[in-house]
Amino acid sequence: MTVTQQPEALNFECETGNYHTFCPISCVAWLYQKIEDSFFLVIGTKTCGYFLQNAMGVMIFAEPRYAMAELEEGDISAKLNDYEELKRLCLQIKRDRNPSVIVWIGTCTTEIIKTDLEGLAPKLESEIGIPIVVARANGLDYAFTQGEDTVLAAMANRCPDKAPVAETEKSERNAIAKLLNFGKKKEDVAQDESEYVDHPPLVLFGSLPDPVVTQLTLELKKQGIKVSGWLPAKRFTELPVLEEGYYVAGVNPFLSRTATTLMRRRKCKLIGAPFPIGPDGTRAWIEKICSVFGITPKGLDEREAQIWAGLEDYVKLIRGKSVFFMGDNLLEISQARFLIRCGMTVHEIGIPYMDKRYQAAELALLEKTCQEMNSPLPRIVEKPDNYNQLQRIYELKPDLVITGMAHANPLEARGINTKWSVEFTFAQIHGFTNARDILELVTRPLRRNNNLKDLGWDKLVREEAKI
Amino acid sequence: MKLAYWMYAGPAHIGTLRIASSFKNVHAIMHAPIGDDYFNVMRSMLSRERDFTPVTTSVVDRNVLARGSQEKVVDNIVRKDAEEHPDLIVLTPTCTSSILQEDLHNFVERAQLEAKGDVMLADVNHYRYNELQAADRTLDQIVQYYIEKARRRGELAEGKTAKPSVNIIGTTTLGFHNNHDCTELKRLMADLGIEVNTLIPEGASVNDLKKMSQAWFNLVPYRELGLTTARYLEEQFGTPYIDITPMGVVETARCIRKIQQVINAQGAEVEYEDFINEQTLHVSQAAWFSRSIDCQNLTGKKAVVFGDNTHAAAITKILAREMGIHVVWAGTYCKYDADWFREQVSEYCDEVLISEDHGEIGDAIARVEPSAIFGTQMERHVGKRLDIPCGVIAAPIHVQNFPIGYKPFMGYEGTNQITDLIYNSFTLGMEDHLLEIFGGHDTKEVITRGISADSDLNWTKDGQAELNKIPGFVRGKVKRNTEKFARDRGFKEINAEVLYAAKEAVGA
Repeated sequence: MTVTQQPEALNFECETGNYHTFCPISCVAWLYQKIEDSFFLVIGTKTCGYFLQNAMGVMIFAEPRYAMAELEEGDISAKLNDYEELKRLCLQIKRDRNPSVIVWIGTCTTEIIKTDLEGLAPKLESEIGIPIVVARANGLDYAFTQGEDTVLAAMANRCPDKAPVAETEKSERNAIAKLLNFGKKKEDVAQDESEYVDHPPLVLFGSLPDPVVTQLTLELKKQGIKVSGWLPAKRFTELPVLEEGYYVAGVNPFLSRTATTLMRRRKCKLIGAPFPIGPDGTRAWIEKICSVFGITPKGLDEREAQIWAGLEDYVKLIRGKSVFFMGDNLLEISQARFLIRCGMTVHEIGIPYMDKRYQAAELALLEKTCQEMNSPLPRIVEKPDNYNQLQRIYELKPDLVITGMAHANPLEARGINTKWSVEFTFAQIHGFTNARDILELVTRPLRRNNNLKDLGWDKLVREEAKI
Repeated sequence: MKLAYWMYAGPAHIGTLRIASSFKNVHAIMHAPIGDDYFNVMRSMLSRERDFTPVTTSVVDRNVLARGSQEKVVDNIVRKDAEEHPDLIVLTPTCTSSILQEDLHNFVERAQLEAKGDVMLADVNHYRYNELQAADRTLDQIVQYYIEKARRRGELAEGKTAKPSVNIIGTTTLGFHNNHDCTELKRLMADLGIEVNTLIPEGASVNDLKKMSQAWFNLVPYRELGLTTARYLEEQFGTPYIDITPMGVVETARCIRKIQQVINAQGAEVEYEDFINEQTLHVSQAAWFSRSIDCQNLTGKKAVVFGDNTHAAAITKILAREMGIHVVWAGTYCKYDADWFREQVSEYCDEVLISEDHGEIGDAIARVEPSAIFGTQMERHVGKRLDIPCGVIAAPIHVQNFPIGYKPFMGYEGTNQITDLIYNSFTLGMEDHLLEIFGGHDTKEVITRGISADSDLNWTKDGQAELNKIPGFVRGKVKRNTEKFARDRGFKEINAEVLYAAKEAVGA
């Protein structure tokens, strides 16, 4: 036997890329809610529209601030003029909704017919007087959450590069908003300034629900670290200032393009840290930021221990159990690392795309966690092949499979527990406070089973003889 | 380009996939970018399928854009053939492949050389057809393929079955109440002494298609799906088809009389009048309902109807002809088949509305202020906004429109179900209205179950702001828990930090 039981380093593989995930245009669903004065225009076909309509479910009926610019045959064959068509629709949007920014989402079709969205946008922007941000969030290049990455990377170029002193052109548009903001800011500053350590400005990037933004901001405040801004902010008009030399840190593992843009285009310094998912991740995230600013973190030991103590009833349910990530949203590495810390064994981490540089600190923490928990190092499968994965699942019989909805019901019918992966994207999972919410999701199928265990109904498909 | 928030019929490939995955042991391979396999999610979630949806993607990515699919599509077909041994693989083009203009025909031919099963290319253009048209075409294409194949091999079944028999054409996966309709139709045929020769595509094997020629007639219950196939079979084998949807008492009777006529013309000598009479008067409750006081109260009430051709036309006729309800307008989103709809409903409503624009439909509802709406999920939401009850009668639909209980729309049991649906929509509206007139039966103010009124606790501005971000239905609980937490620890003031500390402590 030449095969060693425990490989020494993480094992990276790459399969065929035939896996199920959401189209990256789905990012409009959470981004239009996050950026309150935005309007998202997805320039694509009926296929894109059908996906959005069905994937967003009830949100569609709430008069969302997004729409399809549905391409017709005349657009494809260039019988119609792209610029004129987009102008007509954008004026309609301006009239009906008057947003502070229109985000154009480029799709597979605009890529293939080579619509020059980046070229058209500045021209149209100056003509209609509303900023137009272009993000090419298409299924040819990206998966699911990477859509947010393309939007934030584009937004990063719109962040003001100087603290607002006298920017004549912009201040005209938002005179009133600024006046209101000014009053608010002054109040905050007055009461807060003394509580912070003196450190270079820090801007965090990644779209999170407002309560989570508050929680993470407060968490850093306890260490005397001031968060100067978030990309994205609640409103497009409140995008943070990014000067050369500012520090930036990501809160989500799928933001590699945004990180690259911040470093290369905006000359910011990236703090490469594990992501604040799970108490272990949150602690490591804070520690890394502190270390960059030369701050000795206070009270993190107790804080982490206290959170773990509060999780024990859930951890008890999963300790010693195994989990298989089929991979579809790029949160997989951080989640796996947290679940290993909870005492689970991870068979496989499927992931659509693995940026080993952006996720370096997270990967290192994963490796360290495995060693400390004496758990075998999982295989990391980039661009997985769902068919092959199903064969491995049948063989390994994991206690839990984290997967998309296409596979969840069929696996359940075969007696395999599943948790729908998309829920992790929409639930609040960051920081100390929300660690319990992750486990609430992870343990749900196991708790359901405890309730139903004596019924003998685990396998609900008819076995047919294989030919 | 057009600005669109909502569409009634999906893109063409959805239609093809619905047909392919309705058949047993047929696999569809989409030529599409990552993420276009959303169909699998819909099938797995909406119809709660226990089996994996037999649809995979031959992924179109940057490499395909640069160099063409080359071997990729062929390899994927051959691989799937070896893994799952399907009888047929349907290569499904999408909007993306429509503009790439790769020679998918050629891929199919090459794959066919290696694959054991059959391989075909669905002949649907994304920019010309919608979901329903594509489904109709694909079904026809598959039937033609297998009839011709059987003919070439001399395996085509000769002559008709001994007893009168029928092919039921058009029930599919993800169709509105299709599985229940299917059961009801089979039951109806059994009651009429007619054998079901084949039932396609849901649950059928492509190997059964060669015996379609043996049926005495074809029944196409849905206007949108199956007519092309039925016309092909008529042209090939002279098999007559019946396209009267047996939905509602009158239409069901009309359908049965037509069946009688068609099979008697072939020498069956059946007489269904007594059956129709018995069912109408005693099995279905719909005729009796029309006479009852309940229905009398509905006389002249205003309703609007919107949906696909089949359901919107049938419901309009039921409302007007069988219940005396005033249908102000009836509409369809099947623009491509608008003439048929107009002809069907013109005499039963004041106005006909043909549109794919949900905004226009919404405005038309607001304009006439009906007492009830019968439409799709979109109209249900318009109804919510305008405070008008809505019965859902057609796709697009949500998971609640895939009931587990037996709820056909067709046949005699279907008439009972539709009666409930209609009556419940109207009475709910009436009840609501009466409550409003008499000031409601409940006080609107809810008495708070707070801890104490003279709270010594002070919520700071940021604390209050955070609290307001918490969804309304749990806010009260969070507030109480936080105040309890603060009181226990002796905090005088509750700010955001205290709020979240409480959350961590309580685990709520």
